[in-house]
Amino acid sequence: MICLYTQPVLAGAADAWVTLIEAKHLTKYYGRFPAIEDVSFNAGRGEIVGFLGPNGAGKTTTMRILAGFMPPSSGTARVAGFDLLSQSLEARRHIGYLPETVPLYRDMTVRSYLRFAATIRGLEGSRRNHRIKDVISLCRIEDYARTQIAKLSKGYRQLVGIAQAMVHEPQVLILDEPTIGIDPRQVVQIRQLIQQLGREHTIILSSHILPEVSMICKRVMVMDGGKVVAVDYPENLLKGLEKVQRIEIEAKGPPEQAIQKLQQIDGVQSVTAVNTNETILFRVECAPGRDFRGELADTIVRSGLTLLGLKAREMSLEDIFLKLTIKKQE
Amino acid sequence: MRNTLAIAGRELRLYFSTPSSYVIIAVFLFVCGYGFGWSRTTYLETSLQGFLGWGAFFLLFLGPALTMRLLAEEEKLGTIELLLTAPVRDVEVVIGKYLAGLGVVSIMLALTLYYPVLLAWFGDPDWGPIAGGYLGLFLLGAVFLSMGLFASSLTSSQIAAYMVGSALVLSIWFVGHAAAALGDTAADFLRRISVSTYFPAFGQGVLDSNAVVYYVSIICVFIFLTVRSLESRRWR
Repeated sequence: MICLYTQPVLAGAADAWVTLIEAKHLTKYYGRFPAIEDVSFNAGRGEIVGFLGPNGAGKTTTMRILAGFMPPSSGTARVAGFDLLSQSLEARRHIGYLPETVPLYRDMTVRSYLRFAATIRGLEGSRRNHRIKDVISLCRIEDYARTQIAKLSKGYRQLVGIAQAMVHEPQVLILDEPTIGIDPRQVVQIRQLIQQLGREHTIILSSHILPEVSMICKRVMVMDGGKVVAVDYPENLLKGLEKVQRIEIEAKGPPEQAIQKLQQIDGVQSVTAVNTNETILFRVECAPGRDFRGELADTIVRSGLTLLGLKAREMSLEDIFLKLTIKKQE
Repeated sequence: MRNTLAIAGRELRLYFSTPSSYVIIAVFLFVCGYGFGWSRTTYLETSLQGFLGWGAFFLLFLGPALTMRLLAEEEKLGTIELLLTAPVRDVEVVIGKYLAGLGVVSIMLALTLYYPVLLAWFGDPDWGPIAGGYLGLFLLGAVFLSMGLFASSLTSSQIAAYMVGSALVLSIWFVGHAAAALGDTAADFLRRISVSTYFPAFGQGVLDSNAVVYYVSIICVFIFLTVRSLESRRWR
């Protein structure tokens, strides 16, 4: 799997870091059951933060609280400088929210729906008309502007949902599973749109599609069982967790001697060999911090095998995710 | 205010874009037309008594039916998340929805205005009772709508909202009729809290301030309860 990590743009001193989302010790109980516990994190201007976690991890609850849909049982949150409890209306003016189930009125046309969404967000007159036109073209739904929402496919409904979330130019966009259940071409379109929006807005998005998060998001917050397991840049998460290097070697020839010799290399922790048709696949685990590839290649050749391929297997976000969420369950 | 009107406008358009509203209006006009056309009072007294009686009776069913969808459907489809995360106060949402219901009732009543025109054409009606009657019907509709809206805020099921709304509306209408079976003090109390006790006076052209104040109070209480119920959703 190819992971395209966007390098965090470390802003210069002049380009001040502005915190737009500040969540402190958020806890929410449904009855006696804690949906989230002690969730804290910050997000700055122009940052895209991905919420990762299995179902029931508390992603939606956290987003609902940040969107001002419901208050936390305890803890505080500020959005764009406004407290979500005491200055709820002001805070909500700066938030665009796409819930997990897209809140669409099926009986309305796309344009009249967007007009309604813009009006209740306080837009009026020519500015409202301009913004509606802008979001329709930004989301590429011009062809469907006069279509009744009930007749739209899932993908277009999702786009209309994103359009309503950003119609009032909010500083913060909260998108709950924006690409779930839609066809791959539109997934690509929505991802591009989110990346484009991320330059000006602070975006929080949740997903359980890991490659998606690693592609779009600068920072990742991993949640499990209602708790934050990790918040960091994906590459930092990698560094912290990578206890071993995994190297895969493909070769041809009798493996016995090679296995023995590979195991003798200082720093190699384990070697396994799998026969696949005519070739042999060695999986070597080595201590981190040194490049073993050259040494391993030499050893294979000296053992009389034909070296066909060798590659270091990087830990993917998927591995991180599994590692973080499984570690907790133990 | 603008938010309220935007919400009311959306609901009103929705009412008139679904066939069920037209069916309800047609049935209303049929029932009221029957009450008007077949009542002796229409011909003997050139009054609207026949229409008013049947109209009030129909409102008992209409109130919960018009309001059952308003909040329950938002909850069911998840569109409530749009309303409650927009910079709109909960009370603006509730009043917007309520105004839409009032709008439909007003339109329905307006469609019956040809009855007094007919009376004036063929006779010489007393305008006091007619104006009072229309005010009475409007207020009665407003009371029933507020109760129905409250019921709609309690659940995500339209049927359940209709049932609860009907129970509220029917009990406050018929509670006075239970009075006969009880002792004097209890009977008097039940008659006073029943909205049906105050209704006939409107049709006689008597503008009883007690009646108006009582109706308006019920409306305020139920609007308040609806706002509270909507707020409590956030905490659930």
